[in-house]
Amino acid sequence: MIASENRGRVLRRLFRRPLTVIGLFLILANIVMVLFAPVLSPYNPEEMHLKDRHSPPSMKYLLGTDFYGRDILSRIIHGSRISFTLGLSVVAGGLLFGTTLGLVAGYFGGRVDSLLMRVTDIFLAFPQMVFAMAIMSVRGQGFGNVVLALTLTGWTAFARLVRAEALSLRDLEFVQAVQSLGARTPRILFRHLLPNLMAPIIVQATMGMATPILTEAALTFLGIGIPPNVPSWGGMLSVDRDFMETAWWSVTFPGLAIACTVLGFNLFGDGLRDALDPKLRA
Amino acid sequence: MNQESDVLLEVRDLKKHYVLSKRTVFGRREVLRAVDGISFSLRRGETLGLVGESGCGKTTTGKCIVRLIEPTSGQISLEGEDVVGASPDRIREIRKQMQIIFQDPYSSLNPRMTVGQIVGEPFAIHGICAGKERRQRVEALIDRVGLTRDSYTRFPHEFSGGQRQRVGIARALALNPKLVVCDEPVSALDVSIQAQVLNLMVQLQKESGLTYLFISHGLSAVKHISRRVGVMYLGKLVELGETEALFSSPLHPYTEALMSAIPRPDPDIVRERVLLEGDATDSNHPPSGCPFHARCRYRMAVCENEEPAWRDLGGGHFAACHLR
Repeated sequence: MIASENRGRVLRRLFRRPLTVIGLFLILANIVMVLFAPVLSPYNPEEMHLKDRHSPPSMKYLLGTDFYGRDILSRIIHGSRISFTLGLSVVAGGLLFGTTLGLVAGYFGGRVDSLLMRVTDIFLAFPQMVFAMAIMSVRGQGFGNVVLALTLTGWTAFARLVRAEALSLRDLEFVQAVQSLGARTPRILFRHLLPNLMAPIIVQATMGMATPILTEAALTFLGIGIPPNVPSWGGMLSVDRDFMETAWWSVTFPGLAIACTVLGFNLFGDGLRDALDPKLRA
Repeated sequence: MNQESDVLLEVRDLKKHYVLSKRTVFGRREVLRAVDGISFSLRRGETLGLVGESGCGKTTTGKCIVRLIEPTSGQISLEGEDVVGASPDRIREIRKQMQIIFQDPYSSLNPRMTVGQIVGEPFAIHGICAGKERRQRVEALIDRVGLTRDSYTRFPHEFSGGQRQRVGIARALALNPKLVVCDEPVSALDVSIQAQVLNLMVQLQKESGLTYLFISHGLSAVKHISRRVGVMYLGKLVELGETEALFSSPLHPYTEALMSAIPRPDPDIVRERVLLEGDATDSNHPPSGCPFHARCRYRMAVCENEEPAWRDLGGGHFAACHLR
């Protein structure tokens, strides 16, 4: 229920910065790849051109081919369907769950806080990789299961961050003011505390985009992530990393794809954080 | 004057104790007695000042009354209705009747909301009005506290301390409360601004028949605005009386010392400063007997052992002191 003039103001400030626009462009480019992958890619991403294995970038294969002679450009475009979507889903899941839990823990404090934070500690105590492997081996390969495994291991960062911030905010007098007005808890949490926590949450979310993309690669490399013929950026890195010196293009371009995506989210996140802060209005 | 029907707020034997640590080495519980058994009542339309040094429990008292802090024991009733034992739903209703203005105008307004949203929040919380009607009522409130209407779309950081405090006052008045607890509302402001805000509060009181509980350590502000004044020391009321009587002839030695600390803008007046020795006793180790005896210059043997009773010493002037 943000006043409409306020929303217009935020949007205007968001688009005024060139870096933010670049970030948004990178994200949009990703979305276009996800939606129109079959139209955009010159080859079938799973088709092996065995005569053209590890051929360098040329007019025929714009970004070269990999160890099995698969077109790298096509695999990057199709890979976005896995990698981009995966990063987004895992961050979104962790954000929703971790933020809510952290808000509740920080706001109520005391026993609620101790209980929720001990649960968080338990999740945090497992190395992420081991925990994800355990889940994957129980539930089997597949995109949904990777999202589940990585979300279950990824939400703790949000919970701890938000809890610490909420703990310091709840004693501010504006929170007491809305309490004394008779506001119910959900309103206090989501209308009053959350907007004041946006800056660290956005930073955490945009920085957190890269981790799931790379962890998925590791899982796939171990054969418990996504079936290896399905193109994903992380998967491409792990298949061809042994040939980094002889066929630099086979790992450089998937790496660039990951970097550009993460960069896009970081730039856009920075802009969003500043646009949402009323104090930074020029 | 018939007292009974005139009483808006009745506080009886209010206590707020904080347990500091579960157990000490010797198995004793350490308890901080922030508020330790105070009683007073507020008549409709009056202003009661509450003064005392830092840490004496003034603010805790105020926050207990509006139930921002759960009292340990005691009764609070607003227009005869029990505030302490009320159900959450009842409390929501009671809260429309009593509001609080905070000390720090910088932390008491949500930095992410516009003034319009902040002042409109009470209406949103209680679902009273929305859209155009809400905007009109919010603008009327902004007007009433002396801010311009274009403040509606602006953010708190664009205002000065005094203006922010006006926003806080507008928010507190939105629901037409009967009682307003003012928790050091001018202590954080410049002296020149203090007078403006105090005058605004007096004016609003006249217009709407508000009752104020005015908590402050600034004696001149309290004297200016209050009809009666209560003096607190270590979680207890030590004196309560009409402002004039209390300031001209204090009955408790602590009040006397406080009064002598007010600066007078006249160099010719030779006055006797009553200087207090030592610091206020730690409130988690309250002294036996009179809480003030360690710093009192009239100390008698009885003061160390026996707590003085809270008595009416004539004309509604209460004090707790063995001297009287």
